[in-house]
Amino acid sequence: MQKMNNAAAGEIVVSMARAIIDNRAYLSEIDGKIGDGDHGINMAKGFGLVADRIRGKELSLAKALETLGTVLMTEIGGSMGPLYGVMFTEFAQQIDQVDLIDNKTFSRMLHAGLTGIQEIGSAKVGDKTLLDTLVPAVEAFDKATSEGKSFDEALELLVAAAESGRDSTVNLIARIGRASRLGERSLGVLDAGATSCALILKELSEGTRDRLQ
Amino acid sequence: MQRFVNNRDEVVEDTIKGFVKAHRDIVRLAENQRVVTAIDRPAQGKVGVVTGGGSGHEPAFIGYIGRNMLDAVAVGELFSSPTAKSFQDAIREANGGKGVVVLYGNYAGDNMNVKMAMKLAAKDGIEVATVVATDDVCSAPAEEQAKRRGVAGEIFMWKVGGAKASMGASLSEVRDAAQKAIDNCRSVGVGLGPCTLPAVGHPNFQIEPGTIEVGIGHHGEPGVRVEALKSASEVAKDMCQIVLDDHDLGSGTEVAVLVSGLGATPLNELYILFDTVEEEISGRGLRIHKAYVGNYFTSLEMVGATLTVMALDEELKSLLEVEVRCAATL
Repeated sequence: MQKMNNAAAGEIVVSMARAIIDNRAYLSEIDGKIGDGDHGINMAKGFGLVADRIRGKELSLAKALETLGTVLMTEIGGSMGPLYGVMFTEFAQQIDQVDLIDNKTFSRMLHAGLTGIQEIGSAKVGDKTLLDTLVPAVEAFDKATSEGKSFDEALELLVAAAESGRDSTVNLIARIGRASRLGERSLGVLDAGATSCALILKELSEGTRDRLQ
Repeated sequence: MQRFVNNRDEVVEDTIKGFVKAHRDIVRLAENQRVVTAIDRPAQGKVGVVTGGGSGHEPAFIGYIGRNMLDAVAVGELFSSPTAKSFQDAIREANGGKGVVVLYGNYAGDNMNVKMAMKLAAKDGIEVATVVATDDVCSAPAEEQAKRRGVAGEIFMWKVGGAKASMGASLSEVRDAAQKAIDNCRSVGVGLGPCTLPAVGHPNFQIEPGTIEVGIGHHGEPGVRVEALKSASEVAKDMCQIVLDDHDLGSGTEVAVLVSGLGATPLNELYILFDTVEEEISGRGLRIHKAYVGNYFTSLEMVGATLTVMALDEELKSLLEVEVRCAATL
């Protein structure tokens, strides 16, 4: 059974931060087409703060995710602060007492994050939000696991589903948040939240795959 | 465009620093550097009145802190909701033991952060009530009023809520008065030129020269139509029609009227608009009890204006009369 050692995996959050910071301009550019263009700026600000605080400290994944969730919730604000803040805090709680993370724990973690987001926001799949990335990603992971695929393969399928979920937002009309005021004019553009969510899930999954033992 | 900025990522911090220094006789900075409160708060035995929102709308929101108005404000990034923690801390600062009412605008981020702050405040043992402003007519049709944005009508909501709280009213009485104020408000915005977030560096929407965006939101949310720019008088007539057709007020109703610039429109042009606004409102048999013309709720350097009309009853009229002392002129 493939598992990841929680204690040594905090660096995954540093790679997540790097991915967000590297894509700062891109995320703001797509946000600017249907929002006010500050998604990349705000996300990079929050993730950058976290990376500076945890880099080189050899934290557990649980501790690093908790730090990330807390910073997003207490220092970023906007819509993404609470949504991602809740997601990472819930992730952290699920693995807090777990030494070796297996696919079942990983699934529990994903579901807790998703439930947290659904409790605070009011979006559904198809509303052109980060849920269009997160929901299919979680479903793909669970499906792969129930079909008996390995943790490694399930993570690979999770990333593919996240990215196709992200791409699906191009053809969606925003039904929530600021972009919802645009109606059909929001068509043809990726949702910035769905895009950052795909980046985050990719780093989380690939970081986990690299550490499976 | 040229700006007075030290560091484009610290515009909000620098704004707060200057504001608190300039108005130290009225406000103070809380321990949380994103929360500003009235100097003598909390007041024991008084319901606390709190709001919060993104920056870039000055004098909203911090300019309305003061006696008989807001007790504390949570300050967000430019055009971005304050954190749940900042709302929680603002609630704590305003709590004088009788509960706190949070009066804020209908935006996704604010809704989520206030919701989380309420949970946190409950853990602190503070009773919190909320009123969400939904006065912007063009942001959703009348049958979906709950989806409308909150705009300059929020100022009337704060003034009424603040006055009610200052009289020793209970939490539910303050909430009900503020709710009545915003329910009686209708607003519309028109844009002649876009604004730019300093950290982004370019406008994220355009208004072509010679055109006007009717129904524009406070962050440049698109309006209901773009048309050729007409005379001020014709623009004012359109604004009145949008607001008053949605309002359904009986002849003889007394109203409060607020015309606010969006940041880059000179005051003289706001008075030019008001000249026709007054004629249109009076022409419909309504009576203007009190008018406010100025930069009350801006959107960085957006060129444009908003019109808010609040229908009055005796209670709202007397609450509106309560004198306030805050940095913004009211």
